[in-house]
Amino acid sequence: MVLEVRHVKKSFNGRAVLDDINFSVDSGECVGIVGRSGCGKSTLAKIIARLINYDSGEIFIDGELQMIFQTPEDSFNPRKTLGWSIAEPLRSVKSDKLSVVSDLLEKVGLPADYAKKYPHEVSGGECQRAAIARAISVNPKILICDEATSALDVTIQAQIINLLKKLCREKNIACLFITHDLNLLPKIADRVIVLHGGKIVEENSTAEIFKAPKSPFTQELLSADLFFQNLQSLPIFFNAR
Amino acid sequence: MLKPLIPDHLSLITVPALALILVAIFAQYLTPFDPYAQDLTRALTPPDSVNLLGTDRYGRDILSRVIIGSQTTILSALALLAVISIVGSLIGAVCGFKGGRVDTILMRTSDVFLAFPQMVFAIAAAGALGGGLFNAALALALIGWTKYARISRSLTLTIRKMPYIDAAKLAGTGSAGILINHVLPNIAGPILVTAALDIGTIIMELAGLSFLGLGAMPPTAEWGAMMNNGRSMLQTAPWVILSPGFAIFLTVAIFNLLGDKLRDVIDVRGNRN
Repeated sequence: MVLEVRHVKKSFNGRAVLDDINFSVDSGECVGIVGRSGCGKSTLAKIIARLINYDSGEIFIDGELQMIFQTPEDSFNPRKTLGWSIAEPLRSVKSDKLSVVSDLLEKVGLPADYAKKYPHEVSGGECQRAAIARAISVNPKILICDEATSALDVTIQAQIINLLKKLCREKNIACLFITHDLNLLPKIADRVIVLHGGKIVEENSTAEIFKAPKSPFTQELLSADLFFQNLQSLPIFFNAR
Repeated sequence: MLKPLIPDHLSLITVPALALILVAIFAQYLTPFDPYAQDLTRALTPPDSVNLLGTDRYGRDILSRVIIGSQTTILSALALLAVISIVGSLIGAVCGFKGGRVDTILMRTSDVFLAFPQMVFAIAAAGALGGGLFNAALALALIGWTKYARISRSLTLTIRKMPYIDAAKLAGTGSAGILINHVLPNIAGPILVTAALDIGTIIMELAGLSFLGLGAMPPTAEWGAMMNNGRSMLQTAPWVILSPGFAIFLTVAIFNLLGDKLRDVIDVRGNRN
């Protein structure tokens, strides 16, 4: 087990944002956390990453934790090169940082000269690849992806998910994949946790969730997707201006 | 057709601004006469071929005094500005980043200073400190830092919420490292623009204090003090007051234009289209 969350509670101004959250993640496992906006997904991610404090409960993390953020452009300091940012966690590395950075860039499918580029000089997808390079630089045991693909278009989304999947398998990194888009989860998650109103309303294997959703909120998330898909398949949807 | 002749970057206005700073630095080598040498036989000579801008009531060459005065006025304004913008920004960045009690105390202090009209406060402070260019600069510094603290604090508050700050925390970078590597480089641009736009104001204020007799002391050649000397002779010998007055006007105009141009170049948000 690399992550265990026990009875975590958090409230902002008296309003409970997270209420008694319990779950654990095994080594190398990918868990999807899904829910509508405002259900507490991002708060949970930040609490686990120790970026904000929680009110009560316990969190156990075994090994290094890294995070990938929603907006790739904003997850890099605009005044520093991508290479500088990727090397930032590598404080302990005394040897040639440049070659370590080029290796990392190669792993995420970027040319080595991207180390010299600034965040605004590359596309969103490339920026997110660089963010992945930075995250895996310290060989984390767990990687939190907070809506890591929401700001990207569909084809890039698929590429990034495949890259994440590949890297997590290779390096045996557990992944906490947070998203509002249930459709992404079959591609990457082994298990799905459904959050609603700060509570876990359902937790099951991805296959089971899609086959037989138990909670009405999960059904709602699923049917919202299906409704949208059906709508798109209607000819009138494309003809209508 | 004129447009291609005007380069779309800093160069056009940096030339006169740099020239002014160079004149200020090398002033003592550029004066045609000794700016402090009196020649009472030539007192109050109107501009002629010897004294291009005339002489004052002690027969001192006004051109030489305007040139040497640039050193006093421009260099002390720039030094003052460097101090208040750096100190003010650091205070603001620390306040914005740390928050809590430090933030409250420092920001309420700056509120108190901001409640006074800047010039009135500077006159009172310079008067209490007892004149002299250094005390005048000190009086302006006492109230001048608040503006930079405010700006850098609000910029820091925005930057503090950026994901790259979270990423830096996850990378194990400490508060000082985040402040130096992530916050300061990203607030430097707007601060620099504010400072550049402030050069003109600071020059005016320093000269203003000297004009009131609270700044540079005679016989120091300083534009504000020189204007004060010529005040009573505005009708009989207007060149005495007009020359330093025009020098202030020109300098302030050039530095204000430089500030405007700098804002266009540095402010990336307005520059993306």
